[in-house]
Amino acid sequence: MKTFLVLANGTVLEGQQFGATGTRVGEVVFNTGMVGYEETLTDPSYYGQIITQSYPLVGNYGINGEDAESGRIWAFGYIVRELCDAPSNFRCKKTLDQYLKEQNIIGLAGIDTRSLVRLLRESGVMNGALTTEYATAEEALADEALMKAIREYNVTEAVANVTRTETTVLNEGGKYHVALFDFGCKNNIQRSLVKRDCKVSVVPATTTASQLKEMGLDGIMLSNGPGDPAENVEIIENLKEIAKMGLPIFGICLGHQLMALAQGAKTEKLKYGHRGVNQPVTDLAHGRTYITSQNHGYAVVGDSLDKSLGEVSHVNANDGTVEGIRYNNMDCFTVQFHPEACGGPKDTDYLFDEFVDMMKGGC
Amino acid sequence: MPKDTSIKKVLVIGSGPIIIGQAAEFDYSGTQACRALKAEGIEVVLVNSNPATIMTDPNIADRVYVEPMTPEVIKRIIRKEKPDSILPNLGGQTGLNMAMTLAREGFLEAEGVRLLGCKPETIDRAEDRQLFKDTMEKLGEPCIPSKVVENLDDALAFAKEIDYPVIVRPAFTMGGTGGGICEDEAQLREIGTNGLRLSPIHQVLIEKCIAGWKEIEYEVMRDGKGNVITVCNMENFDPVGVHTGDSIVVAPSQTLSDKEYQMLRSSALRIITELGIEGGCNCQFALKPDSFEYAVIEVNPRVSRSSALASKATGYPIAKVATKIAIGYSLDEITNDITGQTCACFEPALDYCVVKFPKWPFDKFVYAKKDLGTQMMATGEVMAIGQSFEEALMKAVRSIELGLDTMDLPHLAECSDEEIRQKLHVCDSDRSFVVFEAIKRGFSFEEIYAATKIDYWFLSKLAKLADTEKRLAAGEMSMGLYKLAKRQGFTDKAIKRISGCTELPARLRAGFKMVDTCAAEFAARTPYFYSSFDEENEAAQFIADHPTDKKKVLVFGSGPIRIGQGIEFDYCSVHCVWTLKKFGYEAVIANNNPETVSTDFDTGDRLYFDPLDPESVENILETEKPWACVVQFGGQTAIKLTKHLTELGVKLLGTPADAIDEAEDRERFDELLERCGIPRPKGHTVFTTEQALAAGSELGYPVLLRPSYVLGGQNMIIAYGPEDVTEYMAIIAEHTDMENPVLVDKYLMGTECEVDAICDGEDYLIPGMMEHVERAGIHSGDSISVYPPRTLSARIKQMLVEYTGRLARELKVVGLVNIQYVVYNNQVYVIEVNPRSSRTVPYISKVTGVPMVELAVRCMLGEKLKDMGWGTGIRPDAPYVAVKVPVFSFEKLHGVDTQLGPEMKSTGEVLGIARNFSDALLKGLVGAGYKFQKPRSGSCCLITVKNADKLEILDTAWQLKDMGYKLYATSGTAKTLNSNMIACNTVRRISDEHPNILDLLESGLVDYVISTSDHGRDPDLDSVKMRRKAVELSVPCLTAIDTAKVLVETLRSGATLDDVELIDISTL
Repeated sequence: MKTFLVLANGTVLEGQQFGATGTRVGEVVFNTGMVGYEETLTDPSYYGQIITQSYPLVGNYGINGEDAESGRIWAFGYIVRELCDAPSNFRCKKTLDQYLKEQNIIGLAGIDTRSLVRLLRESGVMNGALTTEYATAEEALADEALMKAIREYNVTEAVANVTRTETTVLNEGGKYHVALFDFGCKNNIQRSLVKRDCKVSVVPATTTASQLKEMGLDGIMLSNGPGDPAENVEIIENLKEIAKMGLPIFGICLGHQLMALAQGAKTEKLKYGHRGVNQPVTDLAHGRTYITSQNHGYAVVGDSLDKSLGEVSHVNANDGTVEGIRYNNMDCFTVQFHPEACGGPKDTDYLFDEFVDMMKGGC
Repeated sequence: MPKDTSIKKVLVIGSGPIIIGQAAEFDYSGTQACRALKAEGIEVVLVNSNPATIMTDPNIADRVYVEPMTPEVIKRIIRKEKPDSILPNLGGQTGLNMAMTLAREGFLEAEGVRLLGCKPETIDRAEDRQLFKDTMEKLGEPCIPSKVVENLDDALAFAKEIDYPVIVRPAFTMGGTGGGICEDEAQLREIGTNGLRLSPIHQVLIEKCIAGWKEIEYEVMRDGKGNVITVCNMENFDPVGVHTGDSIVVAPSQTLSDKEYQMLRSSALRIITELGIEGGCNCQFALKPDSFEYAVIEVNPRVSRSSALASKATGYPIAKVATKIAIGYSLDEITNDITGQTCACFEPALDYCVVKFPKWPFDKFVYAKKDLGTQMMATGEVMAIGQSFEEALMKAVRSIELGLDTMDLPHLAECSDEEIRQKLHVCDSDRSFVVFEAIKRGFSFEEIYAATKIDYWFLSKLAKLADTEKRLAAGEMSMGLYKLAKRQGFTDKAIKRISGCTELPARLRAGFKMVDTCAAEFAARTPYFYSSFDEENEAAQFIADHPTDKKKVLVFGSGPIRIGQGIEFDYCSVHCVWTLKKFGYEAVIANNNPETVSTDFDTGDRLYFDPLDPESVENILETEKPWACVVQFGGQTAIKLTKHLTELGVKLLGTPADAIDEAEDRERFDELLERCGIPRPKGHTVFTTEQALAAGSELGYPVLLRPSYVLGGQNMIIAYGPEDVTEYMAIIAEHTDMENPVLVDKYLMGTECEVDAICDGEDYLIPGMMEHVERAGIHSGDSISVYPPRTLSARIKQMLVEYTGRLARELKVVGLVNIQYVVYNNQVYVIEVNPRSSRTVPYISKVTGVPMVELAVRCMLGEKLKDMGWGTGIRPDAPYVAVKVPVFSFEKLHGVDTQLGPEMKSTGEVLGIARNFSDALLKGLVGAGYKFQKPRSGSCCLITVKNADKLEILDTAWQLKDMGYKLYATSGTAKTLNSNMIACNTVRRISDEHPNILDLLESGLVDYVISTSDHGRDPDLDSVKMRRKAVELSVPCLTAIDTAKVLVETLRSGATLDDVELIDISTL
């Protein structure tokens, strides 16, 4: 079956189909991690996006289920150079192809992924569609409805689509009670908190301050998540109130961006984002640089934050973008990268300890 | 943390001669370090006894000592040069051990010299087995059950406790020397005793054998602030049990999920942090294939072979960054040179697959045991980059120069299934090919895995290659299949051969992708490319984006390091590139050896990391469209391309291609010599054993046999009778293409001389001549070579100059030529002419100060010698004598006869430079590892020589006796000595009853062995067994009368290095 990646600029790449069939429009991004594809696929932050893996051999160790960062694949499509049909690992339960089929996600293999990454690097993230429904590239390009859908695609209501409706409680007997906002939460954030003896109440994205006040909390955790942070107007408003609760707050990725917006800062879209497990982040207070896992297309604009409210605590050592903020007006610190890793390095996982320490101090 | 400005003058210690386990990678890392220091305005003092290195060039370091690397010599250099710091962790184990010795003695502190990059405590904690174990325990890092022992009884007791098999790992030896796997007590007795002796601190680790676990390596870096990164991880194709230097290695790891990857990564970072290393470090892990259980195998607190590989595999210059860290910078302050815009504190992301393949010397040493274990045996390696594992593996196989272009090893096709089944259980250098053959024959993965423990992932990839071969062989030829085969690394030639098709559906040409450290996330500015079969061609785009008026020259490198083609050729290739750049040309390099300076990202204007076979070279040519190519400096690897390049109509710089043929083709060569009026030993060209035997009896034995087109005397032998001819013709037929004839020459046992000359087609310049200590019959690479000649008469020297001139002119040499002569009965004969660079070029360049490669390249570019200011004809002798002494790696190669002959056996060399011959020789011999000591009480020497040598040995034997040595000899030799009034005891041969010669050797009283024999090679011969025993016991064994003579004279003179002046060759 012919499978195409049709890009908004009219480029069409043809490869082999795997996973599901059909047509799916999304924002085409690339990830440079060499391992961790199961984590990537199940990371809700990829909602609305078609992921291109820059490492060419994907699926080598299969899918084990244990490493999933949520219950399902959130990405809209998956592009690899070479799909491994004979994975080898003691935990392997199924092939990547089987998994994508089960999850009804279209996969495209056998294209020159490096040239696609270069294209995205030069022109910035671009909308596109994975499709198995055309006989030729010309036919796809001639389909005005498809091209219009691609051109006009925008990742919207992303958080609303990935968050939960009910609160889930984990580790009931834990020492510190943390409300974890699910903006598209990765499982390892919960695990990292539970490991540190926290009782974790994973709450819907739109939970308000007054709802939280009734929970007897020691701290609040703002999770990662997909989409344009600025579109989450209601959540941002809620956060303004939540910030005043006087509880320790720790934010990651989208959580970091949302808190910055709630405090009056601005966010901007990066040309092609940071998606990988090798991003250097400098902790300005200590002068140390850490290798971090990242997945974001937007960043907080550094000088948009009122200095009296908070200061930039971390920057990206490559491009200088904001990677963390420490607030002066509350017990709150947030980071753009992923200290919970999965996939990626665990070098910054000490931040969870700091958060727990803050809760200890607050008790 | 910015640069530490108190560092102004740094001593860098190199790694000495090339030996197995310590090869060109340390020239690469050392050169990078020196350049990084110089770029910071720091004065660099360098010591390295190896003259064939780039790092000993005057433009790399400010002060250069090519001196024996002993603690005493280094102390003298420190006292003389007064460096404020010493950089110890870039010169391999040799450099590190040396620095640690000085530090432990308190010498460095007393002299106010700082140790950069590491502390002695750190090194001890990584290298001392017990301290290492304690450190790992403290960190909670699992180790393999093991115990450090200092005697055999403890070893046996512990082995009983943890049960066999166990591994013996001697402390402080490199490349696993003296270690091994013991299946039972008898083996432990043997290997354990050996290991204890070889360890400088008489300590070995007895370890539970975990053969079969996955072997995973991480290259990690740390700076003074505590920032830590991993540059690369690698997975071995062969599981634990095979030394990583002998294993096919893949980067990045392939069968690890993020959980396992991060688990081991975190462990590596915890280790480097705990050890407090500031610089690079290599951590090796064993990972159980069916759980998360792992164990730390080894930590190397320095740059290593693996770090060189990781640097080339990722583009990340580990040695350079480690040096900058050592002088105070932190990782985030160092720029990533590849992108020019990001910082060095990041982890490279690869978007390709890298395969390293070892180059073993077994094609040369046909009698060597090919078994792979914990002791490394490869002399070199190649690296290949592909978009898939299959492509990278196939490229690697095409690069190792075994005459292969697929995973098919010809002789395996003839084996029965049962034989293949048995071979699967033998872990030797053929195993990857045996596995491939088994897959082709339909053996189940389960069966192969049970025998080899090679991961299913690798097996399934090999199966894909096997499947493509099958489809091709079945005659299926479609565009789809052709495309697939190309992407898997099959050459057109292989596709045609396997399929039998003469026409291909198309002629796909490779494009090139860039190695950029970041998987294209950032635009890179360093043009480092590899081929792939995609539409995009980044190299072509790069060339288009960087237009230049410069003429473009493509230089071919020398491929993997092997015996006979070593680091010298990389030296020459690099100098060629530098000269081209200096004179306004754009220089592009193609090579496949990750250990070298030539494949450093900033040596050439562009780098192509690909096989050096015709098809791959054609691809590069099509993209680069160079003005000309250079093959003269890349050894036989590059020379072999000449014919193909000429057919393609490519302009070759320098000596016309025809000259190579003229020098190699026997008939044409004879005609040439006739025209020049130069005699050569009589000889014939033969194709069959019968013809060879006829030639032998006509010329009269002994005769010299060799295949044409060889380097390093591969498969070259002296035949003393017809039975030798028969034996050797069989071996030659097995190992070389019999389309090329075998040359049979009368063997003249005279004085051997060697001349390197630079020629411009008209004039020639001879920087210096060399005379060998050993008479003809021993390969020039294995001879002690002296500059300037010490015994030749003025008339002979004049003849050598004249002959060289005549030959160079007649061959129209433009560039370099190397000619070997034998002086016999006052007559000069030509042995061979090599119209290309040679092994001796770096050493003669350094001693005479004549930049030979630069002048040669300028000639090739059209300049005339008379305009260059170095004169023509022969240069006056320098005021120094330089003695090159070969270094061998016999202790690593089991079953190899140590007797020297026409086939080269040495892996490296050292140079001794002094004002007179005896001092230079002393330096050379000490540098090569000979120890000079007065006889102790009971010390003896063992002499057993062939009949022809019996009278000649008398004087040497008398001198030994006179010094106080007790002499032992086998019956024939003893009879001759005793009848000549040299008292000597007779010792029984190996085949006789005990106590015999082996017991004598094992007594530990033998200081020297002198052993020559008519026959050799066959490991079952008594003489070979005896010499092997001497090697295993580290007793110096001299196998040439002439070597013995000069060694004993040196010994008797009582001279020590303390009396000899140390020379900074940058001032020559």
